[in-house]
Amino acid sequence: MLELQNIHSYYGKAHILDDLSFNIAKGEVVALLGRNGAGKSTTMKSVMQLVPPRSGKVQFMGRELTGLPAFRVAKMGIGYVPEDRRIFTDLTVLENLEVGRQPARDGAPTWTVEQLFGIFPNLAERRMNRGKQMSGGEQQMLTIARTLMGNPALLLLDEPSEGIAPVIVEQMAHTIMRLKAEGLTVMISEQNLHFARAVTDRAIIIESGQKKFDGTFQQLEAHPEIRDAYLAV
Amino acid sequence: MAFFLAQILTGLANAAALFLVASGLSLIFGVTRIVNFAHGSFYMLGAFVGVTLMDILPGHVGFWGAILLTGLAVGLIGAFVEIVVLRPVYRAPELFQLVATFGVILVIQDLALMIWGAEDRLGPRAPGLRGVWRIFGEPVPKYDIVLIAITPVILFALWYLITRTRMGTLVRAATQDREMVGALGVNQAWLFTGVFALGSALAGLGGALQLPKGGADLLMDFNIIGSVFVVVVIGGMGSLPGAFIAAVIISVLNVFGVAYLPQSTLVLMYVVMAVVLIVRPYGLLGREEVAGEHGQVGAPERPIRPYGARGRMVVIALLAALALLPLVADKFILTLMIDVIVFALFAASLHFILGSGGLVSFGHAAFFGGGAYAAALLVFHTDTPMELAFIAAPFAAGLLALGIGWFCIRLSGVYFAMLTLAFSQLVWSLAFQWRSVTRGDDGLVNIWPADWLNATAPFYYFTLAMGVGGILFLRHIIHAPFGYALRAGRDSPRQAEAMGINVKRVQFAAFAVAGAMAGLAGGIFVFSKGSVFPTELEIAASFDVLIVVFLGGVKTLAGGVVGAAFLTGVEDWLTRLEYWRLILGLLIIAVVIIAPEGIVGSLRTLWVRIRHIEEEEAK
Amino acid sequence: MTEILRVENLKKSYNGFLAVNGVSFSVQKGELKALIGPNGAGKSTCFNMLMGQLKPTAGEVFLDGERITGMAPRKVWRRGVGRTFQITGTYQSMSVVENVQMALISHHHRTFAILPRAWRLYRDEAMGFLDTVGMTDQADRPCSVLAYGDLKKLELAIALAHRPRLLLMDEPTAGMAPSARIDLMQLTADIVRDQGVSVLFTEHDMDVVFAHAHHIMVLNRGELIADGNAEQVRNNPHVQEVYLGGGTLFKEASHA
Repeated sequence: MLELQNIHSYYGKAHILDDLSFNIAKGEVVALLGRNGAGKSTTMKSVMQLVPPRSGKVQFMGRELTGLPAFRVAKMGIGYVPEDRRIFTDLTVLENLEVGRQPARDGAPTWTVEQLFGIFPNLAERRMNRGKQMSGGEQQMLTIARTLMGNPALLLLDEPSEGIAPVIVEQMAHTIMRLKAEGLTVMISEQNLHFARAVTDRAIIIESGQKKFDGTFQQLEAHPEIRDAYLAV
Repeated sequence: MAFFLAQILTGLANAAALFLVASGLSLIFGVTRIVNFAHGSFYMLGAFVGVTLMDILPGHVGFWGAILLTGLAVGLIGAFVEIVVLRPVYRAPELFQLVATFGVILVIQDLALMIWGAEDRLGPRAPGLRGVWRIFGEPVPKYDIVLIAITPVILFALWYLITRTRMGTLVRAATQDREMVGALGVNQAWLFTGVFALGSALAGLGGALQLPKGGADLLMDFNIIGSVFVVVVIGGMGSLPGAFIAAVIISVLNVFGVAYLPQSTLVLMYVVMAVVLIVRPYGLLGREEVAGEHGQVGAPERPIRPYGARGRMVVIALLAALALLPLVADKFILTLMIDVIVFALFAASLHFILGSGGLVSFGHAAFFGGGAYAAALLVFHTDTPMELAFIAAPFAAGLLALGIGWFCIRLSGVYFAMLTLAFSQLVWSLAFQWRSVTRGDDGLVNIWPADWLNATAPFYYFTLAMGVGGILFLRHIIHAPFGYALRAGRDSPRQAEAMGINVKRVQFAAFAVAGAMAGLAGGIFVFSKGSVFPTELEIAASFDVLIVVFLGGVKTLAGGVVGAAFLTGVEDWLTRLEYWRLILGLLIIAVVIIAPEGIVGSLRTLWVRIRHIEEEEAK
Repeated sequence: MTEILRVENLKKSYNGFLAVNGVSFSVQKGELKALIGPNGAGKSTCFNMLMGQLKPTAGEVFLDGERITGMAPRKVWRRGVGRTFQITGTYQSMSVVENVQMALISHHHRTFAILPRAWRLYRDEAMGFLDTVGMTDQADRPCSVLAYGDLKKLELAIALAHRPRLLLMDEPTAGMAPSARIDLMQLTADIVRDQGVSVLFTEHDMDVVFAHAHHIMVLNRGELIADGNAEQVRNNPHVQEVYLGGGTLFKEASHA
């Protein structure tokens, strides 16, 4: 479904992604693991073309993404949840969801506001509240719900467990498993190995923008040296 | 009491057009971050298109239909301008779009002249609303009452559009985080075009609605743009209710000003704006600009270098040529060269704070004109000898810059720019309305140099010495620790503060130096012309010099000087043509789109590329 | 050993949210001390309050006994505190050596001088600092073309130019390749040893932290939950749970 071929991305002068390649199949839930600064967020932004790769290819369902503006990438069915949440703090919960709304698309689950309120009951209670009045955990829920309003076929979640309370993290894990059950393909970047193991099928470990491991968690457990070398454990 | 009420009603009626235009500008700025100088031009277009349509369409339906059609037409023109002129430059360095919108002003001015001619047009009376109603015995024009009734309706309609529709929601979201809106699948390009069209349509509506009160003329664009900026800044950039409140405050104050303090009408709104910004730096309902949110885009910069041997040879040769010029050139050429040098010094002084300090001043003419007026006032009122009066020019301008800078430096970005504009307008309105001292728009005349300079060639040498001296002085400072500290504060204020540099104080001092040098240019200017008029302090004068700096290239040392020479030369040649503004405007737009690094910057890039190719071939 | 920095009950709240909630610690002279913790724990907020980029809601900061709470960054700098940033803030329009010269110009109180040519001032001295961080060969390159790791080194040289007593380094190795990280921290450790500078740094790379820091503090949700040497911190169960991992948080979730 998603294919990255030898991409190189830069942030100004900093060479962040160094010849990164991997694939994600339809229906998979994949964890992108690595330490802070390893290039996880940049990988997501490079897929979205928010940080366009200087070389290499990104393909989604057989179509080339490289060089497209971000909104086209989103319209093709990739939903992006940024790590710093970036909800519209002056807008209410309902308005935030409205910004994310896109027409239904084939081959992807379709969401309505009421369905999403079913998944995120906290948001339902606060539907008329402005973004800035919400806690970090609620904001995180809102940014996921907002992205789902675009009925994406592939969801990119950048560090969903970062900086939120453990109970909310647990709720998040349930949510992701629910999304998987709906047939959504998901890529999650994480530093929290336990969270990743609980919700994903496969782990890709990157370090300094290079892929260091790609396999199941069973395989990863068979190689504790990889875990020790590249994850902040 | 009744008179008082009638005054308030007149003020509220005047607020209608002002609010419409200001709300459009505010919307456009909120979403695109473009400070659209051409907004007054859309207002003017609205008036002319409205007059034409009202001529064609008869009766009640015709009048109001014409107003609505005008909004539509101007909105379409706005969309066209956005797509053709602004889209290519959204990624250009911050505030570079300003120059493009200035080009649009010039183009629209001449197009309006071509289509509608130079004659002022009287606006038709609104059918059925010709007379007055008596309110507590005071006559109030019927049309005023209708305008007062319409304004809240428009405010409500806008409020509904912004808060209750999908487009409005997207607009508000984009105001906060454009990139995220894009990542959610919204095509920002069309959102921008839509907002720009809507903003232009509002300006056009404003122009058409005020027709029965004001008519249409070719000066409307600059006449309203000052007040519109004041309203938007007082209300808070991007806030519609703020724009409404500010439009009412300004209009009502203005009516009372006319009634009770006729000398003060022009000054009044700028005083209000200055007070508001000093108390609330981001306007009544505006929000603080988050630092770094709209950071500079563009290629990383190269370190500045003093000229090498070759560069120095060119400069020396140029200076030698200038020194020898009186031997071969006639009086006309020398006078032109004096203008060029004066303007080059003026531009260099703005370039100093803009290029090295990153401080975009919209009101630099205050110091040029301030210096000119200081010298002229001394000569005119006290018969001060020319030499002394001339020296007073840079000092007075420097002091003025210290005063204005003290308020402005605390702000940054667009608010800094706007406050400098407000203060320069304050200075302008003083010159314009304090007739007993400045003689208003009659200007101060017969300000001639001392006898030993009172011929073209000697004055040319005087200008050359002072102008080139001033420019070299500024260049020297740029290479001195002070200039480096100024640049450090621009490159990374955070790092500069963390290495003990008092960034604001450095900027304050630089602002004063730039003011003094602009004043020096003004001093030369007044004695070369023998007179000074308030036009030297106008917004247009501040814009001229801003454009010159951008055209020459902000990030190159020679940018200001080259831009000034270019513009003065081109203008001198173009103004012989009838529609020179059109050509100049198109030229400016073309430079902005084709050479976003400015003339010098683009030439340098080209030079580097050629050398690169040569090296490749040599291998 | 004596204290160079003492922090007492430091607090910072944003709209009622306590980002830093009553943090107290001290840094000894000649010490290399790390401040670690999960993202959002309040490390950067803490740092910004030490050097005055942020004003604390409550609490005190003392530098060598002098109260510096809420002082402007440049005044804290004058008193001998240097700082490097997580995202480098070098002067893009200057060459590498000019960046250091700028720091020296400020160090020598010559910011407002308009007579000398800046690039001639203190050049040799600046080259000395570039030598310390091993960048003399890049002295005349534009700052805008440097590799990321070199920018970090340049920032270190800039900070050293003021002969700081205390150096605050915010994520000094973020975004660098592993080998470059080790080099930079080795360099920092050498400077601490040779010049008697005290260093407080935040860091995510545990290899860097455990290999170089004399003492480690762990911040979680605005509160300090550990302060000790590497061994003590590594074995602290609370730290393992919230930061280093090894907890059982998702046992339940994975069976759901």
